[in-house]
Amino acid sequence: MLHTFSIGELGRRLSAKEISSVELTRHFLARIERLNPTLNALITLTADQALAAAGKADARRAAGEQGPLLGIPLIHKDIFCTDGVRTSCGSRMLDNFVAPYDATVVARLKADGAVMLGKANMDEFAMGSSNETSYYGPVKNPWDTTKVPGGSSGGSAAATAARLAPFATGTDTGGSIRQPAALTGVTGVKPTYGRVSRFGLVAFASSLDQAGVFARSAADAALVLQSMAGFDPRDSTSIDEPVPDYSATLDAPLAGLKIGLLREFFDGLEARNAALIHDALKIYRQLGATTVEVSLPNLPMSVPTYYVVAPAECSSNLSRFDGVRYGYRCENPKDLLDLYTRSRGEGFGAEVKRRIMTGTYVLSAGYFDAYYLKAQKVRRLITNDFRAAFKQADLLIGPTTPTPAFAIGAKIDDPVTMYLNEIYTIGANLAGLPGLSLPCGYVDSLPMGLQLIGPHFSEAKLLNAAHRFQEATDWHRQAPRGYE
Amino acid sequence: MSLTRQDVEKIARLARLSITDAEMPVYVTSLSSIVNFVDELARAQTDHVEPMAHPLDGQHQRLRADVVSESDHHEKYQANAPAVQAGLYVVPRVIE
Repeated sequence: MLHTFSIGELGRRLSAKEISSVELTRHFLARIERLNPTLNALITLTADQALAAAGKADARRAAGEQGPLLGIPLIHKDIFCTDGVRTSCGSRMLDNFVAPYDATVVARLKADGAVMLGKANMDEFAMGSSNETSYYGPVKNPWDTTKVPGGSSGGSAAATAARLAPFATGTDTGGSIRQPAALTGVTGVKPTYGRVSRFGLVAFASSLDQAGVFARSAADAALVLQSMAGFDPRDSTSIDEPVPDYSATLDAPLAGLKIGLLREFFDGLEARNAALIHDALKIYRQLGATTVEVSLPNLPMSVPTYYVVAPAECSSNLSRFDGVRYGYRCENPKDLLDLYTRSRGEGFGAEVKRRIMTGTYVLSAGYFDAYYLKAQKVRRLITNDFRAAFKQADLLIGPTTPTPAFAIGAKIDDPVTMYLNEIYTIGANLAGLPGLSLPCGYVDSLPMGLQLIGPHFSEAKLLNAAHRFQEATDWHRQAPRGYE
Repeated sequence: MSLTRQDVEKIARLARLSITDAEMPVYVTSLSSIVNFVDELARAQTDHVEPMAHPLDGQHQRLRADVVSESDHHEKYQANAPAVQAGLYVVPRVIE
């Protein structure tokens, strides 16, 4: 029963001493023990540390301290460094890596008293859209265990959907929070680039990576984002802007809100999927919003742009894995070059090697201008399209994904088809914009996501719009069968 | 544009990745399809467009005071290293 409560409700019960954090933590640990073997959503369980942290949270409550996350359990994506706990990034390369410090996101949530239960499975180095590239095997979607949960934060999404924790952290480089949130029927928030610190987050593509949250409602996500967001001098691209009170504006009326319907997001979209978005728009109009059609003419270029920029940055970032300072080292290297090439060849999986090679190619002499520089220019065109759209509308709306969850194994052998899963999510990353996915109905009994995209630093408005929608609907309250 | 086996071998060498003979044909095919896919960018009209490296305009690299901000953690950090001797990382002999 405890796993059905919102973070707000759990906080009230903890505050009223009706339950303790130790009790709550034991409840979720027992659920993980029972349900995770099917899902493979968690790859490291930190039960002892969790119970110790829960005891500490209870002591802080007993001493009179309050706080919305004090004593609330969570699961961290295994991309965040956690002091003294293995941080594998879903890779053989880091299978033996014990982080020597906490990521800022981890440290902030810890300081606010949130209790880490364990680390979530993910696509290797966050490169994937199905959680099938993990060294630890695929994550199963709790709505149908023959289907993928999406990726790369697939473990965080599946764990949140299966109520293995009230919330989980994730990262979103090209859709890795919003896409799995959509495919598992939970609420996922990708903040503005620079809003949440990247310090201690294993880097994939540094101009695109952003940390965010999975929760079962926008109201819960607001509480978590409040803790995560804010300036961090240890991240050189962290933005020094004040963080508004996200919960304070959740109930703000939507009268007069202008919502832009993204025309390009409906090109070729299956009628049943489009109908769900139009149903959502009806609800927004009932809530007082007006809708206008907007166009992002360069959006069709976003996937090829991303698949130049992201691999280029990845090839540079992942050059740090050399078999010398940390991570996997091959057996009996015959010389230094052999040590480098075999440690990397054996330590990285197929998709990661493919991205490193794509990036190496587009940055190599003779190809830099045609690919990397060209992609950076098209990135500006796409960003300008968004800027123009925000002159017509306060928020943009569309589907999060073209289809519901697909079968495990269906797309893994065809990288370009897999990449097209991110066609609706990549634009926000290229432009650094915040985005949110929330459940809006079902296709073939599988959840679909509604995506909201706002201008830079509009997280409060996105959460407000999502919260009002969730007050008028109950998609977000539905649990997959067997996980109620 | 299609990549040849020689192209992929060169890229792998630049990227310091050993690719086995069994893996090679898969990479030749998949990297060719990715390059074909991103070749679509050539169609975009980008004359007089400034390349964009940072998603937020007007951000500058911050500077901080030039003072020591970290303490010595080398033992903790080197606990993750495959081979360490006397506080140094051990690699195969480079100079005979």
